[in-house]
Amino acid sequence: MRNSKLTSLEEAIRKSGLRDGMTISFHHHFRGGDKVVNMVVDCLAKMGFKDLHLAASSLSDVHAPLIQHIKNGVITKISTSGLRGELANEISHGLMKEPVIFRSHGGRGSAIACGELHIDVAFLGASSSDELGNACGYSRSENAKSICGSLGYALPDARYADHVVVITDDLVSYPNVPKSISAADVESVVVVDSVGDSSKISAGAIRDSKNPRDILLAKQAAKVVINSGYFQDGFSIQTGTGGASLAVVKYIRESMLEKGIKASFALGGITAHMVKLHEEGLIDRLIDVQSFDKVAAESIKNDPFHQEVSAVEYASGVHQGSAVHALDIVILSALEVDVNFNVNVLVGSDGIIRGAIGGHQDTAADSALSIIVCPLLRGRIPCVVPKVTTLITPGKSVDVVVTEYGIAVNPARPEVAEKLRAAGLKVVDINELAAKATSIIGTPDALPFGDKVVGIVYNRDGKVLDEIHNIVE
Amino acid sequence: MEIKNAVAGTLESGDILIQIGPAKPGDTGLAVDLESSVAAQFGKQIKELIAGTLKELGIENAVVKATDKGALDCTIRARVTAAAVRSTGKDVWK
Repeated sequence: MRNSKLTSLEEAIRKSGLRDGMTISFHHHFRGGDKVVNMVVDCLAKMGFKDLHLAASSLSDVHAPLIQHIKNGVITKISTSGLRGELANEISHGLMKEPVIFRSHGGRGSAIACGELHIDVAFLGASSSDELGNACGYSRSENAKSICGSLGYALPDARYADHVVVITDDLVSYPNVPKSISAADVESVVVVDSVGDSSKISAGAIRDSKNPRDILLAKQAAKVVINSGYFQDGFSIQTGTGGASLAVVKYIRESMLEKGIKASFALGGITAHMVKLHEEGLIDRLIDVQSFDKVAAESIKNDPFHQEVSAVEYASGVHQGSAVHALDIVILSALEVDVNFNVNVLVGSDGIIRGAIGGHQDTAADSALSIIVCPLLRGRIPCVVPKVTTLITPGKSVDVVVTEYGIAVNPARPEVAEKLRAAGLKVVDINELAAKATSIIGTPDALPFGDKVVGIVYNRDGKVLDEIHNIVE
Repeated sequence: MEIKNAVAGTLESGDILIQIGPAKPGDTGLAVDLESSVAAQFGKQIKELIAGTLKELGIENAVVKATDKGALDCTIRARVTAAAVRSTGKDVWK
């Protein structure tokens, strides 16, 4: 067609004006199935680029090949929400000269919108695109190869990057509407064999945890929700994807049916569970920044009331219209919670990075009620501790901590504690939970941290919250 | 006390696998080799618990290979005791 933006990846890179030292960006909607980051960075390495800043919305196990490109000097700086697997392990041991910058999803969105995180060239994988760059996370054509659903984390990049390259595995005829990414923001379109393996977005199907402790935690958390005072017709909710959080939705659903209560919206990473409640008429609208499984991805394609939002619209702390400001209840998980209600979801208790901030900071801060669900111990690892290994979500954002040994309520929320006590729930002092953990496992030795800073954790307002040091073995 | 090769426990999360055998010829004392998912924070405590449990059972000379997946003290004590009983043939529960 006239004005076609179709080109090869190499040519798109050349045309973008990318130079050594610049910032490139990626989204992580294919999660463990992503093929775009490795493909593009391999190409950049082959073309001889050095000293690039890789600003991804998140990185996971599948990005281990970046280790080689860090050693070769192609990538010298990383910004992300999370790190996992061998890449995380190497970085925790001091692989990089510069510390990795960790931001929440909302924090990244607002940093891009405000110019604090400037992106020179964005490489955005899409499950369909036309020759001008109207693109989205699903395809309506017969040749559809992949589906990831919402492209919410890619939308700030598409809008604010100086140069945008859309990479797709299904070129469709113009105009590819409805669209997520607008051709008006796109400079080049590249067609490849595959942008991602959709089966690795998640397990795919709804999987209820059979772990009896998860079920106990979920039932307790559901009781907290139901008796919190926020469980009223028109309420809104967000949950994480852990076994316990998923199961919470199941128990809340029973209560919604029983009491005739409906939710106005569910937010965030949308799962098959939420889609089911929506289709049953129990949740009016779905606001989706990231589709956590194939069911959710299909739903966003087919259901006009399942709305895609950008990371900025979802969770920015500086944009007052972002959806988290309207959120009533959020149910989150944690690696560690400390006696001051601070939460760590990023660094394992062995000192090695193994997680992601995600929307934790954002939803905890702006929701009316934030509930953390975690067991007291995972094996011998304590989850309620005197002090978190790394501070990710400040305690002032956290209202309730649900464990199998009792429910702790932030002293700043006495009215919530009162409601839960009145409902017959076991409300305990969080110090008692930490003491209980210590009585079972003993006092852990200090972790062997070194002097090198390998990561810097930002709060969603752009201020530094904590530093992560290298681990020495 | 005669020590034969014996095993107790599993490699499941929350468990510990204890493999016990006779001390190498010429060696005396308890040699505990620990591989643990929580070694940095609890390695010292776990090794002391394994050696202490064996000594309580009268075993002073042995080689122990422990593969820990985050077991609690009660589990570790139980697995070490079971391995010791299988190794010595001496039933400590009677």
